[in-house]
Amino acid sequence: MNKREFLKDAILFFPAAATLQALAPAAEGKAEPAKTPADYDATKHWYGMGIDVDKCIGCNRCVEACKAENDVPDEPFFFRTWIERYQIHENGETRVECISTRAALPEQAPPEDPTVVRTFFVPKLCNQCAHPPCVQVCPVGATFQTQDGVVLVDEKRCIGCRYCIQACPYGARYLNPRTKTADKCTFCYHRVTEGLLPACVEVCPTEARIFGDLKGKADRLVRFHRVNQISVLKPDLNTEPKVLYAQLDGEVR
Amino acid sequence: MKLPEQVTRLGIVIAAIVAVVLLLRLVILPETLFSARPHQAAAVEREMAKPLRHAGVAVCRECHAEQFELKYGGKHRNIGCENCHGPAASHAADENAAKPPLPREREACLACHGYDSSRPNGFPQVDPLEHRPRKKCVSCHDPHDPVPPKVPTECTGCHGRIERTKAMSTHALLPCASCHAVDERHMTEPRLALPTKPDSREVCGRCHVPGATDPAASKVTVDLTAHGGTYVCWECHYAHLPEGRK
Repeated sequence: MNKREFLKDAILFFPAAATLQALAPAAEGKAEPAKTPADYDATKHWYGMGIDVDKCIGCNRCVEACKAENDVPDEPFFFRTWIERYQIHENGETRVECISTRAALPEQAPPEDPTVVRTFFVPKLCNQCAHPPCVQVCPVGATFQTQDGVVLVDEKRCIGCRYCIQACPYGARYLNPRTKTADKCTFCYHRVTEGLLPACVEVCPTEARIFGDLKGKADRLVRFHRVNQISVLKPDLNTEPKVLYAQLDGEVR
Repeated sequence: MKLPEQVTRLGIVIAAIVAVVLLLRLVILPETLFSARPHQAAAVEREMAKPLRHAGVAVCRECHAEQFELKYGGKHRNIGCENCHGPAASHAADENAAKPPLPREREACLACHGYDSSRPNGFPQVDPLEHRPRKKCVSCHDPHDPVPPKVPTECTGCHGRIERTKAMSTHALLPCASCHAVDERHMTEPRLALPTKPDSREVCGRCHVPGATDPAASKVTVDLTAHGGTYVCWECHYAHLPEGRK
């Protein structure tokens, strides 16, 4: 091969390789259609959750169901959703305790504390903010908002820098020790896109949790929003949470 | 006008460089280098492809319609099957693959119905130590249709603490009726028909006088005329645990 032939081949090689590469994914796509349900249109939904605090009995079933559904590590300090017990005392002091870390039920009812004037449970989870601070701080674009309003984490892109864990005002994120990436509630995205309820809503015995689509005019959540006095957590941060609380005590942070 | 040859050559070189850059940017280098959108679309797809663990009530109902109907008519109508029976998607896919557990221990019911002051007012709760300790909830209540249980037939149904105290005492074997007369109505309206308490010293005297004829007669005997003046025995002695107070 002389110099002239080599240059000719080289000039032809690169465009040919590029064309082939460009054609390859198209050919693959034809052979194997994408797994996503074709009839699912994310732009038609805007998911949210309603929580009626007066109905929560603190049974922790949602926490267990979430762990089972989403492979959340078993250790009692990794949660995508958890329950807090609020105790408001006579002197104005408020005590908050996460009851989901409890290993087993106490054999006897906890003793009554006469200084408690009000006590109740508050389920907590990722608020799926419309303006999520965690998305703003992610340096690699691994956490993002889907078109239907759910904040997801791309485990393949996350570098585990924990900025989002710091940025979340609700403490809803944790670093998954198995994948070493940030992890959080996804509203059970794999379930809701199939038309099922998130696992925590599925098992809630008192219907304290309501899942729905804020774009659906006849949706249960829209009705919940209409008939209840709705509060959100930390409204002053303008994160616009999509987890809506009804009958929420002013002491809840 | 004819362009000078140098310009033409330079033009060709510049065109080639532009072509190579465009080729690199638009064709050879993948889109994922410049934008996060393809990554995010892939992440959404991965998220959607995750396996289901909870099948959902609608799927359970297809095979277990009878239990569903029973549950739907009762107080537990809004509770998903998988609340008690655990995630069952694998069972729904292949009924022999995994049998969902049947929770029969008290803990399963007490997770919701054990007394806790933070639970909402009016939610049915029991104190686990008061309410039939160690008896399985399912032996009286059907978890699919939990009606308030039938009228208790034994005193221990409500008076568990007294029963347990008495069980440790020398009076362990005495039935409640040997000292209390209980009206039938007490079973349904406990406050309107209270059981009697012994109103004379002779009730205790059946066993506790010297030479008593009762087969359960005690060795602890006392002369009723000399002991205790006019008080009825239970005003000083707690009959459910006579050893407790001397």
